[in-house]
Amino acid sequence: MDAEAAKYIGAGLACLGMLGAAIGVGNIFGSFLSAAIRNPSAAQGQFGNLIFGFAVTEALGIFSLLIAILLLFVV
Amino acid sequence: MADNPIQQFEIHPIAEFSLAGWDASFTNASLAMVAGAGLAAWFFSWAMKPAALIPGRAQVVAEGAHDFIKGMVRDGAGEEGVRKFLPFVFTLFLFIFMSNMLGMFPGFGPVHHIFTPTSQIVVTSALALLVFFTVIIVGFAKNGLKFFKIFAPSGVPLYILWFVIIIEVISFFSRPLSHAVRLWANVLAGHILLKVFAGFVPALVAAGGAFTVLSILPLGMTVALYGLEFLVAFLQAYVFAILTCIYLNDALHPGH
Repeated sequence: MDAEAAKYIGAGLACLGMLGAAIGVGNIFGSFLSAAIRNPSAAQGQFGNLIFGFAVTEALGIFSLLIAILLLFVV
Repeated sequence: MADNPIQQFEIHPIAEFSLAGWDASFTNASLAMVAGAGLAAWFFSWAMKPAALIPGRAQVVAEGAHDFIKGMVRDGAGEEGVRKFLPFVFTLFLFIFMSNMLGMFPGFGPVHHIFTPTSQIVVTSALALLVFFTVIIVGFAKNGLKFFKIFAPSGVPLYILWFVIIIEVISFFSRPLSHAVRLWANVLAGHILLKVFAGFVPALVAAGGAFTVLSILPLGMTVALYGLEFLVAFLQAYVFAILTCIYLNDALHPGH
């Protein structure tokens, strides 16, 4: 296979890693909403935890984005 | 109009000079950073100048921002964190917030684009490494060798501890990477997306006929995305600051 083509295919495959991050981030906000609807008065205090969980989960998707960018522009 | 959505990230020197062989030109990126930091400094000194007991509108904004970050540092790093690191975190937050927000304004007249400093990975890396080394230096200065306890959470059974330590070491050293890339990738992707959708409008108008009417669709999308990007601009500054607090908490209280 042409090395140039393999690079683009690899970058596309690396983006599949974001699928997991998408599920994780959706899960976090979904769980937060279902908990917040049950007990709205406690929801305000958990905003920091929500954002922290979101940031940590998102980091894993960002690593796959980084691999894709490295493949496209650096390798 | 820029046809290329990447063109907005180009750096042009405004005043060229070099320092001992290094290119140290004052560029449009430097100008945007100075403008963001200067605007924040000017606003806070102007808003807090009366320091009235019953605050005016500007003073409420300034005090509200201060209390907001103070609460965040207290939640993340405790009272000791507030005493030692509130100015640091507040400055980081304001710098990133102003950089993101200034970048949201479209250019006008001779200024084609208002540059967004946080769309350059070198800027976000510098900020993330600043936090990373602050954590290491403060951690060792305050705790000595006990700082290594951050790699060994308490209450982990001995037979699994070696594995947890490996994971904790990897996660500790990937922190500056994810810290920097998160901000950079979010800002970069948002700005490219805006330019791509905005570029559809003149393309459809140029196509003429029925396509001219259709150009309202990407225009509406651009407006909606702008709203989303304002949210992202705030949220990413907030996320950067809250992660800084949590990392500083590790330096102050390493035993989990």
